[in-house]
Amino acid sequence: MKHASFFWFVLPSSLMMLLFIAFPIVSVVTQSLYQAHEQVIIEVENCGPFGCTTETAVDTQATAALREAEPLGQWAGLNIYKDRNHLAVDEVTAAWVNADGLPDFGRALMNLPFYKAMAFTLTYTAVVTPLTIILGFIIAIAVNAVARSLRGPTIFFSLLPMIVTPLVGALILFWMVDARGILGTALQWLADDPSLSVKASTPLMWIMLMVYGVWSSAPFAFIVYYAGLQTVNTDTLEAAMIDGASRWQRIRYVVIPHLVPLTTFIALIQLMDNFRVFEPIVSFSAQAHATSLSYAIFNDLGGETRLLSSAAATSVLTIIGVAILLSPVLVRTWREFGSPR
Amino acid sequence: MNILKSALLGTAVAALTATGALACEATGRVSIIGNEFPAIQTVAANAGACTGIDFSSNLTADHQTLNVAGMSGNPAEYTTAIVANSSIVALINEDVIRPLDDLVATYGADIPARQLITVDGQIMAVAFMANAQHLVYRGDVLEQVGLDVPTSYEEVLAAAEAIRAAGIMEYPVGGAYAAGWNLAQEFINMYIGTGGEFFVPGTAQVSINNAQGVEALEMMKALTEYMNPDFLTHDSNATSAEWEAGNVALMNMWGSRTGVLMDAEGSEPVVYENTMVSGPLTVGDSGTPATTLWWDGWTVAKNISDEDAAATFIAMANGVSPAILDDATMGQAVWLMEGYTPAPVNEGVLASVAAGSTPYPMRPYQGLLHTALGDNIADFLQGNESAEQALADIEAAYTAAAIEKGFLQ
Repeated sequence: MKHASFFWFVLPSSLMMLLFIAFPIVSVVTQSLYQAHEQVIIEVENCGPFGCTTETAVDTQATAALREAEPLGQWAGLNIYKDRNHLAVDEVTAAWVNADGLPDFGRALMNLPFYKAMAFTLTYTAVVTPLTIILGFIIAIAVNAVARSLRGPTIFFSLLPMIVTPLVGALILFWMVDARGILGTALQWLADDPSLSVKASTPLMWIMLMVYGVWSSAPFAFIVYYAGLQTVNTDTLEAAMIDGASRWQRIRYVVIPHLVPLTTFIALIQLMDNFRVFEPIVSFSAQAHATSLSYAIFNDLGGETRLLSSAAATSVLTIIGVAILLSPVLVRTWREFGSPR
Repeated sequence: MNILKSALLGTAVAALTATGALACEATGRVSIIGNEFPAIQTVAANAGACTGIDFSSNLTADHQTLNVAGMSGNPAEYTTAIVANSSIVALINEDVIRPLDDLVATYGADIPARQLITVDGQIMAVAFMANAQHLVYRGDVLEQVGLDVPTSYEEVLAAAEAIRAAGIMEYPVGGAYAAGWNLAQEFINMYIGTGGEFFVPGTAQVSINNAQGVEALEMMKALTEYMNPDFLTHDSNATSAEWEAGNVALMNMWGSRTGVLMDAEGSEPVVYENTMVSGPLTVGDSGTPATTLWWDGWTVAKNISDEDAAATFIAMANGVSPAILDDATMGQAVWLMEGYTPAPVNEGVLASVAAGSTPYPMRPYQGLLHTALGDNIADFLQGNESAEQALADIEAAYTAAAIEKGFLQ
């Protein structure tokens, strides 16, 4: 394609991306560098149905003047990023100096909200992404082997976890693993421990969140692989069969090499999605056991006093995290793109 | 046919109440944002019954995330927000609601003074109902173990042990201990009960890492020994469900939710017939009840025309007038209007008020502490860290947030 026609071809979508993706990111980055004005606190008397109390309040007139002068708030630089609720630079340094060996340092680190969230997010991403890809591939191979007449319904059922709204899907599983639910009771019976409760144990809660993650995103990997399977060269497969290759050998030496580029694509999407894990934490009420960066953003914005700068800083950290996570895959893709074919 | 008839009758009665008893007229826009429960629905419906107004309402559990944003524009999307003593603070901090003194003088002469919420001498809201957490207990279970109704958390622990020892229930204590807002609320109750102060007086400097803080946390942990092991996932709804399932005999619960527990729906007769309410519990020997008092009331937005403000005031005043009280609405809440006669379900809240309980503090930075509490107590209750460490974490998380919001330097 000529450069000029390429330019006109992508112009509309570039404009949209600029408007709806780039500008909001700029605004979020700006927000994260400012903090609220110094609040002018005064003592006032509050009265209501339960009598009067002397209480502090914000002097709205004095604060309004400050806001008028600097609508964005006061310049904070990287202070929000460095505070205890984010990267906690001072706390980590202190923990490193005072720690009695690495395990002690690890415990101190896990006590800080950002690192606690990162520990779960990274474990979740590292476990769920490969399992999703493997399970999706197995489903695709299995569905592809089903008789043609049954394939429609099989595909539909295999896609169900993705069709069900994530919040609803997670809630269903949440009720089933309740100590009195069908899966919860089954687990108690299997473990021979009547007091076993998935919701009360951090390791079990992590496992449940990951099981949910694999269950809900495997259909995505499945449908991509299934589409890919339709393009496998049948001549090659037949040739392999004539050469006496078993079913496993055909999958290993013909199908898998054919589907590798798709795996890169699925891995990219899944890494991004899993790093932003959010819905299961909310619907499993798992915040006591597991948090993620997305959950932290939700928590900052959901309180009675909204922490906009804090949420913005966590968003920027999420973007940086996704970029770091994707860099190996992106670099590989770039090299392949650049190399002569 | 019968169903149709009663439906028609219902509509006719509703229409009669709307037009007959509550004639009210105003010109302008009235748009409500508020929480969703029966009492608020009644208020909104009666406000909307006024003629001549352009009326809309958005009642949702997510009202807190919508009201500030929806009232910051000019003109504001919502002309009134129904708030509680905790959530009005955010609206005052952001300066999106107006003082009501002139409107009360012109249109609200018949609103009793005790319903008016004043901040620094200015009327900022009109309260219409009270709420509090208090003890809910199973009369039959306490009778079986031969114990009186507990008045302190120490007695709750003793009763729980007796119930467990008698083999009646494995986890006899309930409570909204879900990590987050609910858990923080339980700590605030308990800490007030120990006589602790949240802040260095007159400043935004938090001070909960003390003997009272430890005492409050230790008591919460002792209670959780008698709770369903899933307690960190049980919010008010889940706790109510546990109650209705007959699994719980003692709990600290919201007065506004006891109606559901005592009606014949959702539980066996043995549960709902024996569900009783009592006053607030104490902890230790401070004598202060370990609960907080709450009011719900309405405000008027600042960024709207005087005409809309007047219409909103008239409609909302109509929505909370004594005329809305009838057989159906009387039991929905502890109403603050004249002519309210308490039903048995409301006795717990009234007992909490009578016991001189502390109102939930209307402090600009209390919400930040509430969030920090909700995020950090679970670690202690799970046995991952000491009470002192949990309190230090809460203070550190609060301080970082308070610096960001400009309350601390």
